[in-house]
Amino acid sequence: MEFHRRGTSTCIFPEMPVVVAAASVVGPREGEGPLGRLFDMVYNDTLFQETSWEKAETRMLRQALDLALAKAGIDQTQVDFLLAGDLLNQIISSSYMAREYDIPYVGLYGACATMAEGLALGSLLVGGRFARYVAVASSSHHDTAERQYRYPTEFGYQRVPTSQWTATAAGAVIIAAKGAGPRVEAVTVGRVQDYGVIDPNDMGSAMAPAFADTVWRHLQDMSRKPDDYDLILSGDLGKIGVGISHRLLLQKGIDIESRHQDSGLLLYEMKPEIGAGASGCGCIASVFTAKFWPDLMAGKIKRMLLVATGALHSPTSCQQGESIPSIAHAVALVSETA
Amino acid sequence: MTYIKAFVVGGVLCAIAQFILDITKVNPALIMVSFVSAGAILSGLGIYGPLVKLGGAGATIPLTGFGHTLVTGMLEDAAKMGWFGLLTGGLRAASSGLTAAILFGYLMAVLFNPKG
Repeated sequence: MEFHRRGTSTCIFPEMPVVVAAASVVGPREGEGPLGRLFDMVYNDTLFQETSWEKAETRMLRQALDLALAKAGIDQTQVDFLLAGDLLNQIISSSYMAREYDIPYVGLYGACATMAEGLALGSLLVGGRFARYVAVASSSHHDTAERQYRYPTEFGYQRVPTSQWTATAAGAVIIAAKGAGPRVEAVTVGRVQDYGVIDPNDMGSAMAPAFADTVWRHLQDMSRKPDDYDLILSGDLGKIGVGISHRLLLQKGIDIESRHQDSGLLLYEMKPEIGAGASGCGCIASVFTAKFWPDLMAGKIKRMLLVATGALHSPTSCQQGESIPSIAHAVALVSETA
Repeated sequence: MTYIKAFVVGGVLCAIAQFILDITKVNPALIMVSFVSAGAILSGLGIYGPLVKLGGAGATIPLTGFGHTLVTGMLEDAAKMGWFGLLTGGLRAASSGLTAAILFGYLMAVLFNPKG
């Protein structure tokens, strides 16, 4: 039996799955950011006409998926799998969203790496001919995430400069066996890394080693250099994580600086309250779907590597003094014209 | 002059907390607990009382003032009822503050929607 694998961690696709549609829904602060006009839908209130932020997040996720389905021109009955994840306990935003659909559902938890996890698994399902269409969605909401991981925002505690601002954003994509759109060329599933960072207000430092390891493995497995990609897009390393990841990769002789952009540094104007940058599942989900998926469609980007990182701690593990394990998954995408 | 004294005393107490928060990795909850404890200890040692005389609300409003209230109440009740007063005095002295916090907190939660 022939396996479609390269090197230690990378899967390649003889028939490349296609990302036929992508959609984003964001909150007010994200709408005012540099990418504001690119999002499909911007709310001017963080409650989205709901009675709680948790309900608002579910609504945002549902709307992102509805928009993606509409853009793909398909009905939910044609979708074989729905893969979704978010940051809340028991991934409630995703499961409550999935309750509104009649699609086989797989809930994912990869913290802020969820979009890449979903893209990777969705591509494998389609590439392995187990699905015709797979929907992938992921979201985060600033106020629900603060309540979950730190303190309720009503408490008004002081933020520290290394902390990152969880984005109120959702993104959804539709992966298909055929159609027009960027192709998924390869996926590299990461390994959990833990360099002993224990500060939950400094997740960039915790996640940088995972990013560096997955990028290094991907390039090794594919026998490529950073210059083979027009763009290496990370999820939410933030100012601090970006610097650390560059240094870690340089130690292995890889210089990605000229190709690398971080979604966490693209989403907002960098005001003091933002800290080291944006974060959350919705960060790369919305930045990719609103900015870079269209760039791939238009052929402005020929080949990109999407690498989302996630900090896999919980509030309990942090309170018990445990360090923060991190993960990064990479998905290589090529434009149709490439 | 009263206002200036209150401002300086309260300001210095808060500046100490901010300084600790900025140069160390401690979280806000730890600062809160340590300030209440510090106020209680200083009060027991007889240092906080004079500070309240000097700064008024500047010394009673910050969290150290809460510690001071607890200890003052305990000592007062202990003087009246003996050892048993140590158990009743703290909450009795702090009861107006606690009741106000719960009542007004509840009222605000009913009246307004959080904006995040």
